[in-house]
Amino acid sequence: MNSKKWPIAVTALGLALSSAGAIAQGSAADEIARYRAMLADGNPAELVVARGEELWKTKRGPKNVSLEQCDLGLGAGVLKGAYAQMPRYFADADQVMDFESRLVWCMVTQQGMDRATVTKSPFSGAGQRQTDLEALTAYGVELSRGIPVNVPQGHPKEKASYDRGRYAFYMRGGPYDFSCATCHGVTGQRIRLQDLPNIVGNKADADRAYTTWPAYRVSQGALRTMQWRLNDCFRQQRFPDLVFLSPTSVDLITFLGVNANGAKMDAPAIKR
Amino acid sequence: MKWQALSIVGIAVAAGCASYVAPTKEESTQAIKSSFNARGIAKLDRLDQSEIQAVCSDAQRAGKEVSKAQREALEKKVLATVKYPADGKYLGDFKTGERIAQSGVGMQWSDTEKTVNGGNCYACHQIAPQEISHGNIGPSLQGYGKVRGYGEPVVRYTWGKIWNTHAYNLCSQMPRYGDAGILTEAQIKDVMALLLDPNSPVNK
Repeated sequence: MNSKKWPIAVTALGLALSSAGAIAQGSAADEIARYRAMLADGNPAELVVARGEELWKTKRGPKNVSLEQCDLGLGAGVLKGAYAQMPRYFADADQVMDFESRLVWCMVTQQGMDRATVTKSPFSGAGQRQTDLEALTAYGVELSRGIPVNVPQGHPKEKASYDRGRYAFYMRGGPYDFSCATCHGVTGQRIRLQDLPNIVGNKADADRAYTTWPAYRVSQGALRTMQWRLNDCFRQQRFPDLVFLSPTSVDLITFLGVNANGAKMDAPAIKR
Repeated sequence: MKWQALSIVGIAVAAGCASYVAPTKEESTQAIKSSFNARGIAKLDRLDQSEIQAVCSDAQRAGKEVSKAQREALEKKVLATVKYPADGKYLGDFKTGERIAQSGVGMQWSDTEKTVNGGNCYACHQIAPQEISHGNIGPSLQGYGKVRGYGEPVVRYTWGKIWNTHAYNLCSQMPRYGDAGILTEAQIKDVMALLLDPNSPVNK
């Protein structure tokens, strides 16, 4: 997936740098391109998706029901394409929810699970098995693969979520003065050799950044969700700990999703 | 300018969905403050914006530049707060400086008070020629002293730039290494040597 884009980056590097070091860096970039192509051959996320499907269909929780009647915005039990059209407003909760928020909602209201317990440790630690939430999210997003992102903006609360998300995106704070825009507001920027998508000024970048999460992170040996991705961005921004399913997490996903509307979902992807 | 933007929103609201009122700045800020937990060394006061953080965030969000008068006034205020080394020695050890430039740890909730912070300079800058894994958010610093000279004005400017970048470029993306306590005075001297010692690989 990344291999299509990489030759352009290599060319840009070649043009931008003219010393002998540039040639060395160019070949390093080639090596990275080869590594990425190798990664794309097989994605361990498939195993997580399979476990998620089993969890989805299994009767669980105090009420001993499966999640097969969960309404993710397209009607009870309709999972196909639902991820691509979230976050969205849900009248029963009177709030905008991303996929992960709605999943928890269904586990609590339909299966009778305890919200605090379900959300206590949403992300798997190093070397641990993927959490149920991660597996279920992987399965959900797999059923949106190839479907265009269509995050709705018809309800006032959906618009407000986008506007608050945009506000948060530009908010510099913390001891390093970073905002999301510090790294994701200019085209062609890199941290070390890692390309940074420009989420607000480059539609192709915004599309790719949104449609390739959740993703299997090779360096961590684990599938990571969009909620995790935002939490880890803020950690590196030197902000406090972004609360799982918090208003700002959902608002930013709304902002990123709307900016990627029209692009086809391609997740779970595989990344470095 | 802000009122112009607001009135455009007002027209859009009138033309489209009449029931929609965009969240105020206070509402957006409140949502953010309710969305984080203090964790380890990263406390909630990190969400309280400084004047410069607020001015630069608002300008970028609006797609505007900070006015020249405001920018110059704030830069002048910052420059007056730069602490230069009391012993008058600006340059430490360039080899230690290279290690500081390579290290990206420090001040995350996954770090502790005991973590020795790095400068993470290579994340954004090209510096010594042998390091090819460098970012491009900041300008290349290769040949820094060789190109600019080693005189006092360059040395003092460089110290001020590292101590608090906003003294020279109000909305720079670079962290305030001295002002925010990211690096110690001794560490800044080592990074200074990496850039300004004639024997540093940067100037070879």
